[in-house]
This record gives sequence, structure tokens and C-alpha cells, in this order.
Amino acid sequence: MNELLILHSDDNVGVLKNAVEKGVRQVVRDRSLVVSDSLSMGHKVAIREIRKGEMVLKYGVCIGLAKSEIPAGAHVHLHNLESRYTQIEDMETGQ
Amino acid sequence: MTKPGAMHAWRRSDGRKGIRNTVVVTYLVECAHHVARQIVRPFEGMDVHVIGFPGCFPNDYSQRMMETLCTHPNVGGVLLVSLGCENFRKGQLFRHIEATGRPVELLTIQHSGGTEASVRLGRDWVSKTLSYLIDAPTVDMVPSELIIGTICGGSDATSGIAGNPAAGRAFDMLLAEGATCIFEETGELIGCEHIIAERAANPALANELVGSVKKAARYYADMGYGSFSQGNAEGGLTTIEEKSMGAYAKSGSACIQGIVKPCIVPPKQGLYLLDVVPDGPPRFGFPNINDNAEIIELISCGAHAVIFVTGRGSVVGSAISPVLKVCANPETFARMPEDMDVNAGRILSENASLEDVGTEIRDKVIALGQAGQTASERLGHQEFVLTYKSFDPLGPACLPNVAAA
Repeated sequence: MNELLILHSDDNVGVLKNAVEKGVRQVVRDRSLVVSDSLSMGHKVAIREIRKGEMVLKYGVCIGLAKSEIPAGAHVHLHNLESRYTQIEDMETGQ
Repeated sequence: MTKPGAMHAWRRSDGRKGIRNTVVVTYLVECAHHVARQIVRPFEGMDVHVIGFPGCFPNDYSQRMMETLCTHPNVGGVLLVSLGCENFRKGQLFRHIEATGRPVELLTIQHSGGTEASVRLGRDWVSKTLSYLIDAPTVDMVPSELIIGTICGGSDATSGIAGNPAAGRAFDMLLAEGATCIFEETGELIGCEHIIAERAANPALANELVGSVKKAARYYADMGYGSFSQGNAEGGLTTIEEKSMGAYAKSGSACIQGIVKPCIVPPKQGLYLLDVVPDGPPRFGFPNINDNAEIIELISCGAHAVIFVTGRGSVVGSAISPVLKVCANPETFARMPEDMDVNAGRILSENASLEDVGTEIRDKVIALGQAGQTASERLGHQEFVLTYKSFDPLGPACLPNVAAA
């Protein structure tokens, strides 16, 4: 069973439909990759190599920037992806 | 003659069409709620719904909501139930309904001899009105005449990856057929307001879209709910923009044509954001106290039906317009199937595609105009809630294409 859901054709990450064990082989866009960790449903896996500083695309939009080189099959999460969202500027002042 | 694939509808005096011909029994203060509820009891299983406003103090928003809902295209007739001494502007409401040509009656409990006499009078009026409405002619309706809303509630990790993206595909399909679609929940869009802005019909609208999310952020912060967390990292969410995209995905991918507020019907076809957050500082509490408060605001914008995406398993429907429930979590669907219309969980459990489930949602929306019923309609759900709120008029940049309409 294909465990990776690709939400948009531009995406460079897939989302796990179910929990998987480390080392599970998946075929995405005719390319074979090996999931690097045991992960639960909803977690993201790189479906191709993502360079440091490159946009991580899910739903076809940028959800943040890669903090390091991310190989295909690697878990994409807090350790290698950072938000580029700047807090709405005057939320605290109420202006 | 009916065209193949057409929906059956009732045409109203303002030219709009409804996919239901419901009688609403409307209490004008909580003190009249029991009488309204008793009036509809013999009509269980029929299109007779109770709506109402509990407060005794007048409020422009709730007055306008009642006027708009009582003349919604899905409504065929209205019985107003007043205690007598409440401060609701019932004469204004009565005249507003009467001007549309719908059957309308005002029953005042204090003048009608109290509870039992009022219940008897009310039931007589509803019976008479139902037998009148049964002969009302229907007309054909096509998808381009539909207004469809979407919300999510009882969400879990499956909502953002299966349910909302599938609902988004259904929106894209309906919009391609010329329908009008409305999404909302600006409080859940924080972090992706610039992504939303990129889909605006013009730059002035883009600013308004960012402003409406900013307003929501400020409102929740003022109420002491300013901590929009980074989402549930255990569920796999990493950034706030990703978390918000999960909710935003149900709007699909079309260009955004404008922003509306409650009681404003989109002036032309396309995709709109409904801004449900009150203007000014918080005065009456939360923007919306529960899912039904949001559903009824979508209906006030003319929604003929609402697509409701759930993960943990909501059971609600609504008065006036059917609520089509899309269950994103396959385990929830297996546990409570009679409450769900669409099993979007099969994207996760059976390799179904987002397009397959989007098509099923789109087809089930159309079927609502072809004698189809939602699960919540079959089960008799007619939830309704209306509270105090205040809004400023819509800014001129919110509907950029009105002049061209």
C-alpha cells in the first residue's frame, strides 16, 4: 500500500496515511525512497532531496524553509523545517 | 420539462431559488421558546424547524439575522412566536417577511390566552401552511445557482490531510460549474494570511483579507486566547502556516472574489471569505460560541447547504439548510456511520484519491436538490443558535467586482 499522500502536484513532501516502520520502501512519482524513521500518521516525509534554505511545499504552498539538507525519505519536522511566518506585527499592541 | 441532472427548487419573489420549502417557527425571546417547540412537535420528520433569538435586548445584528434567515430561499413560510413584552422589533421583522410574499403569522402568547391556546393556534397555522406549500410549483435549478458554505469542527489530524483537501476539491468542482462558495474561520487562518492574499482578485482585496485575519488574531488575543500554538507537533505539524493551511485547504484553489459578513449574500458567483469576527473590541464574548453559530452565519449569506468536515465526529445538522458531513477519520466513520454522509477517511485507509472523494462530495451536494437528504436531516438534527454580535459595514475594497457585475 502506498502510505504517502501527496496533497498537491507541486509538493516536495508527502504525508503519511498510517504509521510506518523505519525502512519502509515507498514509490512516489516512479521514484523509490526509503522512509528514514518509524513515524506515525500525519507526519511528513521528503519525496525528493530538499536543499538547505529551499521552500518546503505542502498543499502546493510554502509551509517554511529547510534548515538543512533533507534527503529523499527523511522525516521533515521541527529539526529541519522552520516557519518563515512573522507574527502579525501589532497583535500585541492592539493597534 | 426537467432537464437531466437538474435540481428541483422553489422560486422566491426576489428571484432566488431554494432547495427546501421549510416552515420556520421563530421564537422572538427565550420566554417563547417552549411554545415554539410545542407547536412543531406533531410535525416531526417534516420540514418544520424551530429557530429563534433568546435575548430580550434589541441588537442590530440579531434583528438582521432573523430578517435574513426568515426570508432565506429554503424557507417557505414563517410563524413568529412572541411573548409580547420582549424588545425584539417584531413588526419590522413581520413586514420584512410579508413583503416577500411568504405566508407569515405573528402569534403573541400574552394576547392569545397563554401556552396551551398559543400552541393550538400555532399548530393550526402550521398545518394550514403546510397544505398550502405542498402544492407550490417547483422549477429547475442548476449548479451555478447554488451557494455552498464550508466549515470544519471536531477536527483531528485527519481533517487537514484528508477531509479539508477533499472538500477543497469539491469547492473547485462546484466553482468550475459556476456556483458560489463561501469559507470562513479567520481565527484558524493565522499564519497563512499572505498565502490567502496571493489568491485575491486584486491587491486592495488582498489587503482586506490580511486585515480580516489580523482582526481575528487581535480579537482572540483581547479575549485572552492569544497563544496560537505551533500546532500539535506530535500529530506531525511543524509550522503555524502548515497548521492553518490544514483548515484553509477546504477553500480549494480558486481565485478569491471578495469578503462578506453575516447576512450579506455574495453579489456574484465565485469564492468568498465570510468574516465572522465582530468589529471593535470584544463586547459579547466569543466570535462564535460553537459550530452551529458559524453554520447559521454561512446560511445567512444564502448558503443552500453547508459542507462540514469532521475528524473526531460531529453529529450536528442545522435548521433551514442541510449540513453534509464529511468524515476525515476512517475509525470515526466506522464508529458512527449513520451520522456521516461521506467517508473521506478512505483516502487514508483505502488509497482513494482526493479527486474521488471531492467528486463524491460534489455529487452529494447536487443530490440535495434532487430529493437527497443528509444524514443529519434523516436523524432530525435542526440545531440553531443565535447570539449578540456587532459588525461595521463592509469596506468598499471587500467586493471589488460588484461594479462589474
